[in-house]
Amino acid sequence: MERIIFYILALMMIVAAIASVSSRKMLRSVIYLLFVLAGVAGVFFLIDYNFLAAVQLTVYAGGIIVLMIFSVLLVHHIEMKLEVAKISKRISVALACIIGAGIFIVTIYSYDFNVIGKATTTTTAEIGKGLLSYEAGGFILPFEVISVILLAAMIGAIVIAKGNKLESNNTETK
Amino acid sequence: MIEGISIYEILALTTILFFIGVYGFVTRKNLISILISVELILNASVVNFVVINKYLYPDMLQGVFVSIFIIAVAAAETALAVSIIINLYRQINSVEVKDTEVMKY
Repeated sequence: MERIIFYILALMMIVAAIASVSSRKMLRSVIYLLFVLAGVAGVFFLIDYNFLAAVQLTVYAGGIIVLMIFSVLLVHHIEMKLEVAKISKRISVALACIIGAGIFIVTIYSYDFNVIGKATTTTTAEIGKGLLSYEAGGFILPFEVISVILLAAMIGAIVIAKGNKLESNNTETK
Repeated sequence: MIEGISIYEILALTTILFFIGVYGFVTRKNLISILISVELILNASVVNFVVINKYLYPDMLQGVFVSIFIIAVAAAETALAVSIIINLYRQINSVEVKDTEVMKY
């Protein structure tokens, strides 16, 4: 059963990813990306990391997709078609990617992974304790750094997106 | 772990996703499309971290932490990139890569 679900998810993700990088309509390619992200969340559910799947769904499928749809709607006409690269360039890049993927897959299949077949369920409390512990193996320092990065990104996004136009408007009204 | 699915199949899936992202990154000519390809690449790496953690070291949680950090950094990066793209559109009325030829504004 899980095997069938995984294969369906994998097929959906690969088809949606190819459609996402080759679609000529901007908004459609964002929606195809949404399918890929939802498929990744499904894989997380299958390997029993429920918290991570929830984070993936809320941050990626909820936040990032909405941001991208906003930016697409702000900068594009819906019916406008994208320019595509020259056919010779696309074919050569596709060939290079297929060769690279082939090398990677051959290397992966020839390596003998030491798989431990143990099914453990991780609770959210364990993840929270690990993130906030300051003992050996704890992740409190990166956690704090990430919070500073998020603050800096928030301020930076506001300052950059505000731009010069708003400033000049403000000075005019004064 | 997923019953009946070995680690090889999941790693092959993420490899394919990664290279589809690389293909889009090289061939697309639009800033938002390039951003979408970067998201594909980042997501493939997140799945790799989680799967290797689950299959090889089921007692530890390091891969989960690293993937949470990757997701947070990706969210910050997307917000910044979108704000830069919108600002660029205000300045030069285009989001094509070939039109963004100067960095001074």
